[in-house]
Amino acid sequence: MLHIINKSPFDTNALDTCLRMAQPGHALLLIEDGVYAATQGSAVAQRMRDVGGKLSLFVLQPDLEARGMNGKQLDGITLVDYAGFVDLVEKYDTSQSWL
Amino acid sequence: MSEQETTAVSGPKVKKFMFVNRKAPYGTIYALESLEVVLITATFDQDVSLVFIDDGVYELLKGQQTKGIGIKNFSPSYRALEGYDIEKLYVDQASLTRRGLTEADLLVPVEVLDDQQMGELMAQQDVILSF
Repeated sequence: MLHIINKSPFDTNALDTCLRMAQPGHALLLIEDGVYAATQGSAVAQRMRDVGGKLSLFVLQPDLEARGMNGKQLDGITLVDYAGFVDLVEKYDTSQSWL
Repeated sequence: MSEQETTAVSGPKVKKFMFVNRKAPYGTIYALESLEVVLITATFDQDVSLVFIDDGVYELLKGQQTKGIGIKNFSPSYRALEGYDIEKLYVDQASLTRRGLTEADLLVPVEVLDDQQMGELMAQQDVILSF
């Protein structure tokens, strides 16, 4: 399944709860303020690196660019555009938006 | 194969709908809106599950008294769900524990799940609606 997060990891517990429940083989897509979790040097960066082994990680590039974070994303995270977002939703049977 | 089975197969597909509730009941409209959509979904004879995670567990607390804030106490509605054949209510163990709550504090019978069980249950759904 695909997990989608649109909130900053420093604002809500959406990322924490998602990472608790996400199972190996699931995918995580970071959009809107969720993209801050994908950036280098933050307090959640190590946590994101740790889950990279069991989850496929994606970030929506337009949201990353809008926030001045393009090029600062963690290694192992795949950048997608809006069409790529649609492809992910189509590829995985189930999506959960952690509002 | 009997004729009856053939009829069943050609009928409308029952989908697995999960409602994910992660907000406390009165600070925002999410909890009430979720409940209303749940009741609508129930009339279409779908396979409905409700899960309560994070502050969503507060929706199910016994003893809610809302007279003083002028908002309808909708918590008794959770007890009425059984009448609509909605009997799959799941609560996240860690969310209860962090809030000092146990199953005994809740106003309806639920199944308490750990992280992995909840994640696996989500992955089995056809549709997830998040509140």
